[in-house]
Amino acid sequence: MNAVRRLLLQGAGALAAGLLAPLSALAATWNKEAFGAKTAADALRGIGAANAVASADLLIEAPEIAENGAVVPIEVSSRIAGTRSIAVVIEKNPFPLVAKFDFMEGALPFVKVNVKMGETSDVRVIAEAGGRHYTATKNIKVTIGGCGG
Amino acid sequence: MAAGPMKMRATLGSGYTDIRVLMSHPMETGQRKEADGKLVPMHFIQNVTVRMNGKTVVEGQISQAVSRNPVFSFRVKGGAKGDKIEVSWVDNKGESNKTEAVVA
Repeated sequence: MNAVRRLLLQGAGALAAGLLAPLSALAATWNKEAFGAKTAADALRGIGAANAVASADLLIEAPEIAENGAVVPIEVSSRIAGTRSIAVVIEKNPFPLVAKFDFMEGALPFVKVNVKMGETSDVRVIAEAGGRHYTATKNIKVTIGGCGG
Repeated sequence: MAAGPMKMRATLGSGYTDIRVLMSHPMETGQRKEADGKLVPMHFIQNVTVRMNGKTVVEGQISQAVSRNPVFSFRVKGGAKGDKIEVSWVDNKGESNKTEAVVA
């Protein structure tokens, strides 16, 4: 009886694994290492942008002072030809890397997103174009932090 | 709070299609405490995908530092009325959702 039960359970397990496999294959990648980084330098290294050079063609539209750190609107656009991705790093957040967007098939290098900021910090954006990384920063003052509470 | 519905609007700008999408999601950071002092476990969207007429145009990876009920704007060059936009997300628990809109 026990042996039969075990066989049935094994069968069910294998079936479940078989059914779940295609689902996990569909799931897109998520850069665990870069998102798990606790310093901005490690986050930059994690996305391969440690050598990013400053660029005036990377624009950050955001408030100078954010009254509510839980919702800080940030708009980023790039005038650098061939921009393929834009990443946002909030230097003083516990986990600085906030987002990375890859653009293809006619998508413009533009994104607007609301983010949480724990305290006043430089917000660094990084663009990748032609295998090179470019960066720009903007300081945003936060009156009430938005990570804990 | 469970993941809820999404809202999206796609409109023609000057030379591009403007996509605005709202996702209902708690985006828990894992640092917030309940009244009883227990930490609320991390629960956040990790992947966001935008497709236009079936082609992937934006692939986003995001962290728990994106605000609760995330709102995004994206832009795609060109576009015409009737083009189909689809936005989908997957979170760290494997939950997912998607919505479709037609460019107006």
